[in-house]
Amino acid sequence: MGAAVLLGCAAIALGPAAALLLLTVAAEPLLLVVLVAGAFFWLLSLLAASLLWSVWVRLSGREDAALLPLGAAAAVLLQELCRFACFKVLKKADEGLATLSEDGRSPISLRRMAYVSGLSFGIISGVFSITNILADSAGPGTVGIHGDSQYYFITSAFLTMALVLLHTFWGIIFFDACERRRAGGLGLVVGSHLLTSGLTFLNPWYEASLGPIFILTLCTGLWAFSTAGGSFRNVLKCLSCKQEPEGQAMLYSALQVPPEG
Amino acid sequence: MAAGPGRGCPGTGRDSPGTGRDSLGMLRNSLRMLRALLVAALAAAPAGGNSVHRKIYIPLNHTAPCVRLLNATHQIGCQSSLSGDTGVIHVVEREQDLEWALAEGPHPPYMILLDGSLFSREILMRLKGSSRISGLAVAAASPAPAQGFSPGLKCPNDGFGLYSDAYGPQFAHCNGSEWNPDGSGLSYEDFPFPIFLLQDANETQLIKECFRAHNLPPAPGAAPQFPLCALQLLAHMHAAASTVTCMRRSSLQSAFSINPGQCCTGAALGGLQWGCTGAALGLQSTFSINPGQCCTGGCTGGLQWGCISPGQCCMGLHGGLQWGRSSLQSAFSINPEIVCDPLLDYNVWSSLQPINASARLPPEQRLVLAATRVDSHSFFWNVAPGAEAAVGSFVVLLAAAQALQAAPGSQRLPRNVLFVFFQGESFDYIGSSRLAFDMEHDKFPLRLENIGAFLELGQVALRNDSVLWMHTDPISRRNESVESQVQSLLSALRAAGPGAGLSLREPGQSQPLPPSALQRFLRARRGLPGVLLADHRGAFRNRYFQSIYDTAESLGLRYPEGLSPEQRLEFVTDTAQALAQVATLVARALFSLAGGAAGAAESIRADPKTVTRLLYGFLLNSNNSWFQSVIKPDQRGILGPFPQHYVAVSSPTNTTQLLQAVLGNLTGASANLSREQCQEPGKTPGTLPELYEYWWVQGPLDGNSSSRIPGCVRSGVRLSPALSPAFELRRWDSREFSTWTESRWKDVRARLFLVASRELEVTPGGTRGQGWGHGDGDTGMGWRRGQPGDTGTSRGQGHGDQTGTGTGWKQGQPGDRDGTQGWDRDRMETGTARGHGDGTGTARGQGGDRQGDTGTQGSDRDIQGTGTARDTEGTQGWG
Repeated sequence: MGAAVLLGCAAIALGPAAALLLLTVAAEPLLLVVLVAGAFFWLLSLLAASLLWSVWVRLSGREDAALLPLGAAAAVLLQELCRFACFKVLKKADEGLATLSEDGRSPISLRRMAYVSGLSFGIISGVFSITNILADSAGPGTVGIHGDSQYYFITSAFLTMALVLLHTFWGIIFFDACERRRAGGLGLVVGSHLLTSGLTFLNPWYEASLGPIFILTLCTGLWAFSTAGGSFRNVLKCLSCKQEPEGQAMLYSALQVPPEG
Repeated sequence: MAAGPGRGCPGTGRDSPGTGRDSLGMLRNSLRMLRALLVAALAAAPAGGNSVHRKIYIPLNHTAPCVRLLNATHQIGCQSSLSGDTGVIHVVEREQDLEWALAEGPHPPYMILLDGSLFSREILMRLKGSSRISGLAVAAASPAPAQGFSPGLKCPNDGFGLYSDAYGPQFAHCNGSEWNPDGSGLSYEDFPFPIFLLQDANETQLIKECFRAHNLPPAPGAAPQFPLCALQLLAHMHAAASTVTCMRRSSLQSAFSINPGQCCTGAALGGLQWGCTGAALGLQSTFSINPGQCCTGGCTGGLQWGCISPGQCCMGLHGGLQWGRSSLQSAFSINPEIVCDPLLDYNVWSSLQPINASARLPPEQRLVLAATRVDSHSFFWNVAPGAEAAVGSFVVLLAAAQALQAAPGSQRLPRNVLFVFFQGESFDYIGSSRLAFDMEHDKFPLRLENIGAFLELGQVALRNDSVLWMHTDPISRRNESVESQVQSLLSALRAAGPGAGLSLREPGQSQPLPPSALQRFLRARRGLPGVLLADHRGAFRNRYFQSIYDTAESLGLRYPEGLSPEQRLEFVTDTAQALAQVATLVARALFSLAGGAAGAAESIRADPKTVTRLLYGFLLNSNNSWFQSVIKPDQRGILGPFPQHYVAVSSPTNTTQLLQAVLGNLTGASANLSREQCQEPGKTPGTLPELYEYWWVQGPLDGNSSSRIPGCVRSGVRLSPALSPAFELRRWDSREFSTWTESRWKDVRARLFLVASRELEVTPGGTRGQGWGHGDGDTGMGWRRGQPGDTGTSRGQGHGDQTGTGTGWKQGQPGDRDGTQGWDRDRMETGTARGHGDGTGTARGQGGDRQGDTGTQGSDRDIQGTGTARDTEGTQGWG
């Protein structure tokens, strides 16, 4: 279709992630390491899912729509498994960092790690889901010759944006739940991930998939915000520019609540 | 979405992001990372055919493009831009529909879907003159236009026949006798946009439905609403200007490759070149959708791609690292070093009595030569049914050869008879001029002096009232001895007429010979006694000469309803009966010309069954049981429905191979040899391999089983090259011999899709309107520059003409829609692919015009240009 659509969709899909990355992560080397580690774990899950899928298709000898929901569910579970692995590794690394540091405290808090690894999951999965679509949005044609919705590109971009933010929130909640050994939190993360993935199967019916996913994103965001220690008071405090010394992590959390809801 | 266990994406981690070990320049780092991510994201762009792609595009698979052909002075045919020309579809079914596309429509450029009945010179010239047209898709009319349609010339092969200012000036240029009065000459025009033939009515219907659904205005006078239905046609031709230009360019490349001293120094060069070329070839075939089409001339041409051009080669010496780059680049490069291939094939010939192919006939020996042509042509590439133009006549000659071979006493006739089937005659007599040339230069078993009589079959299938016309050359008949020989030839034909049920007439002394191989032989040997048999007195009876409508229907070939393919093969049609009469006539005349007794000739009769099978096989479906049984086992691929008889650049063509097999079957005998003996007859005593050819054929089916009964066929059927002597002599500007070449191309494709509004149309890849400037640049300017007399080194000329000017011109156009897209991929590739040109020619031409300079960047920068331009696109294009 054109450069305008390509750039617009890329900005919608990856813009929030890019802003978060630049404002909160890029300045700190250790967070960047965490970011790359997170992305690596997500890629591992993709690899596993791909292998599983190809074996599955080979064995069953068919590649039809019936297999797809199962494959999607398996991929979601694999992603959450990798998130857990990521948590374990970061936890170990955090302990190592603590022993190295002079005051015996880790230079980055687990909450920040949770946020950054969630963001990295979001970015890498967002990039992977939008790449092919962006490539074809460059033109010359646009979707619709078979009667598909013209809004295919823009809804895909918004979906990707929601996905990126959701991954970030899930990361925060997931790590927190692991840390406090709350199985309920874990279950809710996995469940909402499965739900999101499932909702995309409604996809040509965009009102039905995109709406719930954005509501889910908003709810998850609020939950993540409170998990990270955020409250209405914090926000007011932040808005009145009275910073407390330990407020940094919360400041970041406050930043992530998407305005679009 | 989140799950996406789809196919893995290539090109991640290409630019490993700086993980920021230093705390300085964090912002820069993150920017770089962002860029890396974007690059990674876009690196997957070439992955076509994914599900998103399928949502957008409908490929049209049954199309035939119009391609570019070149001769010594001109280019003809069509051209699209490098990435294809796109336009909003407008269906034109009546002439007044054109107004919308040419003047009123608010969304130019338009891609016209033209009804076949409107495919005329007048309309095409109007479209050609408009910048609002980006291309044409033509739906063949069914039934064929009653008023006739011929895109050929009114005077076919003018200038290469017998008559010129030096010989029979009153007949030169068809003066007073236009053979093809319906000829519009459309095939010989140069179009700056792509034109495709839609061969599948379903696809035509699909386009029309898309047009009706999206492109019709909501109310009369209103503008249609976006998204609109559009069509993209891609048929980018590499060659430009003329055969002289494109062959010079190709030969320059090989000159540089032969002489490494000029290119670079060093012993390692050869090895490097090979490695590089190999890689380039491998990659090329990976990326090219259809490598077969790309190097139609065989892959020897392909070997000259890659690093052999001087710029790239020397780049390799400058820095070892750049080798990879240059080989990668040539892999992507659209422009291989060879840009055009001569039209060539093989003539098929055989003799009644065996001839030693490696010896020469004694000069006093005379024989009779019976000839015809086998190829045709149309506006579209490889669509050349040529039913009346070629098939009717060569079928007759095949049947006559069979009848004569079977005649009692034919092996003891005092004179031998030679049957020759000329290829490439539609393109300024390629086959006949080559055979005459070979005879003159002692490269053929007989010389021109050995020909005692020349009998040619012109178009014979549409005769009226059983009258055949005997055309002769009035000028050579002024000589008395020639006249007497011609008279004996005519009387032999006349004598055979009544027995065959035909009456033969002469058109009169004031009329010249129609276009024929005989003209070429007379040109080589004035005074050769020869006759052309045809169904027309003056102008051709064929209303569809050299067009897509010259098919079985135009011959009136009709079968009763409900026949199976095998029954059709055997059903003797009226057309076959009529042609069998002609074959009988020809066989009897040849028998008496060869010295046979008059009484014995009466028993010769051509078999209508053979004729009907031949017609079915060469017009409707060559994949029939008879043809299957006469071919070699490895030739199965050449059989198929609706065989086409275009001479092409890859030889031998299907027609030639089939003709060889069928003629062998009709005139040969089965030999009791094993497969090994048959394939290598030289090792078996008594096989006389210098007299006979041996073919191991797969034979008929064995009863109801799927196995066949193979066998060995011994015949005198041979091939002789049909490559114009102009290429043998490397005289590409020849006015005496055919100089037709066919441009190479990488990909030919048509696809249907919707486009969104113009505001979103700023594309990086190039879309609508692209082709305009580009195509024209190639054409107009390139042509002018390629004229002889242009000073400067030959190298500069060779490259400057196409490239630089092409793009430079485009950029330099003030009102050009896409003139400002400095970074469009098209231009980049043009600049690059041809970037090895000497920049001087171009720069001189543009005279410091600033836009022009930008346009020719690729050429100007010469050696540098190749590497950098490509590099930009590969990795930094989006940075």
